[in-house]
Amino acid sequence: MASTIRVRATANGETTEVQALIQHPMDSGFVKDAQGQLIPAHFIQRLTFEHNGKSVFVANWGPAVSKDPYIKFAFKGANKGDELKISWVDNKGASDSTTAKIQ
Amino acid sequence: MTFSFERFSATRRLILQGAGSVALAGLGNLIALPALAAANDKYPEDAFKQKGDKDAIQALYGRSAEASDKVKLDAPEIAENGAVVPISVTTTLENVTSISFLVSGNPNALAASYQIPEGTLPVVANRLKMQQTSNVIAIVEAGGKLYSATKEVKVTVGGCGG
Repeated sequence: MASTIRVRATANGETTEVQALIQHPMDSGFVKDAQGQLIPAHFIQRLTFEHNGKSVFVANWGPAVSKDPYIKFAFKGANKGDELKISWVDNKGASDSTTAKIQ
Repeated sequence: MTFSFERFSATRRLILQGAGSVALAGLGNLIALPALAAANDKYPEDAFKQKGDKDAIQALYGRSAEASDKVKLDAPEIAENGAVVPISVTTTLENVTSISFLVSGNPNALAASYQIPEGTLPVVANRLKMQQTSNVIAIVEAGGKLYSATKEVKVTVGGCGG
């Protein structure tokens, strides 16, 4: 299965800018389907970015984060060609991870 | 941001009077758990369950924030679609350890909380859902203190209910 995570990490001098887009319904638990049944909450709780085994960014998310979440941040200390590991876990225990090369 | 100021000054008065040490110690025990959870790398389940923004900040950090013009919150004046509201924050504060976003008008105010380890810049952009027109609050934890910025976003179509 294709990864749910799309990530672009670009090193510019000593700063690396990271943008990630994740495919996930991020159901809030407040929305009803066509039959009027509440769609149960289903959302990513934790998203982690690691560089050289060290967390560089950790997101704790609630259901108020938009569907197919987008995140942008920047960190220092990485070089072009380094690997960035991205992983997420949702409230149903599902997870996914990928690694991206810093460009 | 009157709410944070009131709470701040109340605590301050207690300290100044030197009379509330016992009461403060009790309070410290009460709030130690969530504060620890925020620092201890656990998912802050309790904070995400709080309804109001003040309660969520208290549950997440164990104290309240003071408004600061060093926190720059960027959000649209009007969001046509409440399901996707682009919101970002930057700050000139140093030693930032975490950044959180709250939407006052949502069923649960806390939307997202980010840990900023050393070496990571205090700049975050994300997209949040908003049920209705309300304040968006960005909290920056820097040097063990909390700073906030607030902006009202008008929502044309809500993004939480259906």
